[in-house]
Amino acid sequence: MLGLRRPWAPSRRPRRALVVLLLALLTGATACGGFAVGGEDDTVRVYSGRHYDLEAAFQRFHADTGINVEFLFGGDAELRERLASEGADTQADVYMTVDAANLALAAEQGLFQPVESQTLTGAMPANLRDPHNRWFGLSMRARTLVYDPDEVDAQQLSTYEALTQPRWQGRVCMRNSTNSYTQSLVASLIAHHGFDRALEIVAGWVDNDVEILNSDVRIIDTVAANGSCDVGVVNHYYLARRRDKEPDLGVALMWANQNGRGTHVNVSGAGVTRHADNPQLAQRLIEWLATDGQTAFNHGNHEIPVNPDVAPDPLVAQWGDFTQDELNAQRVGALNDEAVELMSEAGYE
Amino acid sequence: MTPVIQLVGQRGRGRCRYVPRPGWRAAVLAAAAVPVLPVAVIAVETLTPSPAVWAQLWDTRLPAMLATTAALLVVAGLGTLALGTGLAWLVTAHDFPGRQTLSWLLVLPIAMPAYILGFVFLALLDHAGPAQTALRTVFGPDVWFPEIRSVLGAGVVLTLTLYPYVYLLARSAIGEHAAATVDVARTLGLSRWRTATRVVLPLARPSLAAGGALVAMETLTDFATVQYFNVETVSVGIYRIWNGMLDRGAASELAGLVLVIALALLAGERLLRGRARYHQSTGGRGVAPVRLTGWRGWLATGGCVGVLAAAVGIPTLQLLAWSGLPAWGGQAGLAQGRFVINLANSGLLAAVTAGLCVALALVVAHGTRMAGGSVTRRAARLSMVGYAVPGVILAVGVLVLFTGLDAPMEAVGLPGARPLVTGTLMGVVVAYVARFVAVAYGALDAGAERLSPSMTMSALALRASGTRVLTRVHLPLLRGGLGVAAVLVAIDAIKELPMVLLLRPFGFESLSVRVWTLAGESLWAQAALPALVIVAVSAVPVVVLFRRSTTGPGMPALAAADDSPPPHQAVGR
Repeated sequence: MLGLRRPWAPSRRPRRALVVLLLALLTGATACGGFAVGGEDDTVRVYSGRHYDLEAAFQRFHADTGINVEFLFGGDAELRERLASEGADTQADVYMTVDAANLALAAEQGLFQPVESQTLTGAMPANLRDPHNRWFGLSMRARTLVYDPDEVDAQQLSTYEALTQPRWQGRVCMRNSTNSYTQSLVASLIAHHGFDRALEIVAGWVDNDVEILNSDVRIIDTVAANGSCDVGVVNHYYLARRRDKEPDLGVALMWANQNGRGTHVNVSGAGVTRHADNPQLAQRLIEWLATDGQTAFNHGNHEIPVNPDVAPDPLVAQWGDFTQDELNAQRVGALNDEAVELMSEAGYE
Repeated sequence: MTPVIQLVGQRGRGRCRYVPRPGWRAAVLAAAAVPVLPVAVIAVETLTPSPAVWAQLWDTRLPAMLATTAALLVVAGLGTLALGTGLAWLVTAHDFPGRQTLSWLLVLPIAMPAYILGFVFLALLDHAGPAQTALRTVFGPDVWFPEIRSVLGAGVVLTLTLYPYVYLLARSAIGEHAAATVDVARTLGLSRWRTATRVVLPLARPSLAAGGALVAMETLTDFATVQYFNVETVSVGIYRIWNGMLDRGAASELAGLVLVIALALLAGERLLRGRARYHQSTGGRGVAPVRLTGWRGWLATGGCVGVLAAAVGIPTLQLLAWSGLPAWGGQAGLAQGRFVINLANSGLLAAVTAGLCVALALVVAHGTRMAGGSVTRRAARLSMVGYAVPGVILAVGVLVLFTGLDAPMEAVGLPGARPLVTGTLMGVVVAYVARFVAVAYGALDAGAERLSPSMTMSALALRASGTRVLTRVHLPLLRGGLGVAAVLVAIDAIKELPMVLLLRPFGFESLSVRVWTLAGESLWAQAALPALVIVAVSAVPVVVLFRRSTTGPGMPALAAADDSPPPHQAVGR
C-alpha cells in the first residue's frame, strides 16, 4: 500500500495550515469572551441615540433611586437595527432617541412594549407621546429662526414659508437634507400644506439660493461672523449654548410662525423595549425622566421640558413663551420619508 | 516520492508550477469566508430590489451621486499617486537636508483620521474661519476664495491622509528594485528622469496599484469626511436612505452598488498589475542617491515639511488650541481614568485585529501559491471584499449573519450565536477582521509577488512542506511586509468608528467612540483631547516601525542587515 498513495491525496503537513488558522481564530475568540459583560438585576440598560449630558442625568437617577444605569450611545438607525437583530436576546431595557421619526418607526417595528402609566400620561401633553403609549417624549427642541440684528429688521421675519420671498435671496443658511431636524421640519410642512404646496415652499428656498451647512453650530457661526448669510434656521438650544459662553454674541432668535400654527417642535423620547429583562426598572427610569428628572435631562442642553410643571432654563426663558405647533409627533415621524423624497425632488441638498 | 513541481504548457513555453495542495486550498477558503460571509448576507438582499426606490433614485440623485463619486475617486486617486510616488522617489533617490528623518516622518499622516483633518480644515478655511476672515480684513469683503466644501476640498483632505499607503509601498518597491536596475539603466545612458519614468515606475507598478486600490476603497466607503464637505457620494446616499427614508433594505441595495464599483476598481488594479511579474532575485542595496545641493536641497526639504505641516502639524496645533491646554488640570482629573480605559480598549482591539488580520492574510497569500488553481485565486481575491463595503453596512452584515446562525446553532444544542455578536467583543472583532484583512493582504501580497518562484520551488524540491516554506523561507523574507501589514491594520482599527459603535457590548468605549460622542454635538473643545490621543496612539507604531531605515521595511536585505550603514553615507564619503 505504501507506494500507492495518490499524488493529489492531502498529505498530513498542509493540515498544519488549518491548525494555525484555527489557533488564530481561537485566540481572537478568547480575547472576545474575556470581555463579556455580565448582567445584574438592579441595572437598567439603555440604548441611546441622544447623548447630551445624559450621563449626568443617569447619575442623578442613581442617586435618587439606587438603580444602576448602563448605557450605550450610537446612531439612531444603527441602534434600531441592532435592537431588531438582537430580538429576545437583547440586553437593552430602554431605547431612547432624538426625533419623532425614529420613535415612530421603532414603534411600528414592534421594538417597544406599551406602558400603562398615569405618571407618564399626566406628565406631558398628548401630542408629545405615542397615542398607544409605546413611547414618550422627554424633551422638546424648537426649530426656529436666528438672525444678525445689524443686518436684518426683525419685523421682516415671520415664517418658514416667508423665506421664499425675494428679499431673502442669497441671505439664508439652512441645514443639509440628511439631517433629521430638516427632515422633520419639512414633514411638518407636508402635514400642514400637503405635498405639492410643501414642494413649492422648499423649491422656493432652493431658488433663493439657501446656503446648506452641515451643522447648526456652523450656521450660527456664519450668521455671527457677518458671513454669507444673515438668517439661519436652527434648533434653539444651539444658540442658547453659544450665548452661555458668549452673552454678547451678535445673533438674535425669533420664534417662527407665531401668528399662525406656531413654531415647529420635535421631541427626544424613550420607550420600554419589547424584550426588556427589567421592564419595571425601565418604566421607573422613564417616569423619573418625565418628572423629577426633567431639569437634569433638559437644562444641561437648554432643551424645553415636556412637563408643563417644569420651567425651562433661564437662557431659554429669556426668549419668552411661544406658541408651539401641536402637530402630533407620531404624525411628523410617519411623514419623514415623504419629506426626504420631497427635498430630493426640490433639489434641496 | 510524489512530485512537488510539475511542468505545464507545451511547445517550449512550458513553465513550472507547484502540485496543488488541497489542505492549503481549504485553509484559503476558510480564511476567505470571514470577510465574504457578512458581505454575502447583504448581497443577498440586493437580489430582491425595491424598484420604486431605484426608479426614484435614478430620476433624482443617483446620476449626480455617481458623478460625484467618480470625481472624488479621480481627485483622491491621482492626488495620492502623485504625492505618494513623488515623495517616495524624492526620499529614495535623492539626498537633501533632513532626508533621513523626513523619510519616515512622511508616513505619519496615516495616523491622522480623515474625519478629524476634515473638521479642522473646514474650521480654518471656511467662510467664518480665520483664513478667510483675515483675507477679508485685508482685501475687503468680496475677496475670492476657492469653495472649500467641494469635491476638491474633500479630495485634498483624503489625499493628505491617504497618500502614505502609496508612499510606503512605492518607497519599498523603489528601494528594493532600483539598485541594480537603475545602475544598468544609467550605464546604458538613460537620464535620471527617464530612468525614473521608464524603469523605476513600471517596476513599482504592482505596488502603486496595490496602494491605489487601498486609497480607492477608503475613498469609496468614507462617510464622515465627505459629509463634512457636502460631497454626496453613493456612500452618503446609503446613509441618507437608511436614516432618512428609514429603509434599510434599500440602503443595502445601494451598498450593493458601492460593492460593484469597488469590484470594478479591484479588477482595474489587477489589470494595472497586468501579467507582468517582477521578481527580485537578489536583495537590493538601495539606489545611490543624488545629492541635491543649495536651493534645490532646501526646496525638497521644504516640500516634505509643507506636506507634513498641512497633514499633521497644523491640525495638531489646532486641536491643542481647542482642547484648551491650561484648562487641562480640572478636566483631566475627571476624565483621566476613563481615558486610560478608552486607550486600553482601543489598543486591545487594534492588537487583536492586527494579529488576526496578518495571520489570515498570510494564510491566504501563501495558501494561494501553495494550492494553485483558479478557485483558490478567486477566493483570495474575494477576501478583499470586506474593504469594499462601507463599515456600517458590513457591521449590519455581521449582525444579520450571527442572527441567522443563532437558530441552527441552538437547534444542535450549541449556545446561540446571537448573544455573542453584541454581548461580547466577538462582533466587533469579526467585523474588523472582515474589513481590514484586505489591508494586510494588500501589504503582504505586494511583497510576496516579488518573491522569486524559483526560490519557493527550490525549497519545495528539497521536500520542504508548505508550512515549512512559509516559516523558514517566505516569512523571514516578508518580515518587513508583515510589520507594515500589522501596523496599517492596527492604525485602521484605532481610527475605525461605525463598526465599533454599532457592535460593541455595553460598557465598551474606545477612543474613536469617545471622539464621536463629543464631536457629534459639536463639543469640539472636549473632543479635541481624545482626538489628539487617537493621532498620538496611531503615531506610535508608525514611529517605532518606520524610523528604523531610510528605504523602509519590506526590504529584506536591509532588514537582515539593519546595522550596516545606510548606502547613501557610503556614497557621500
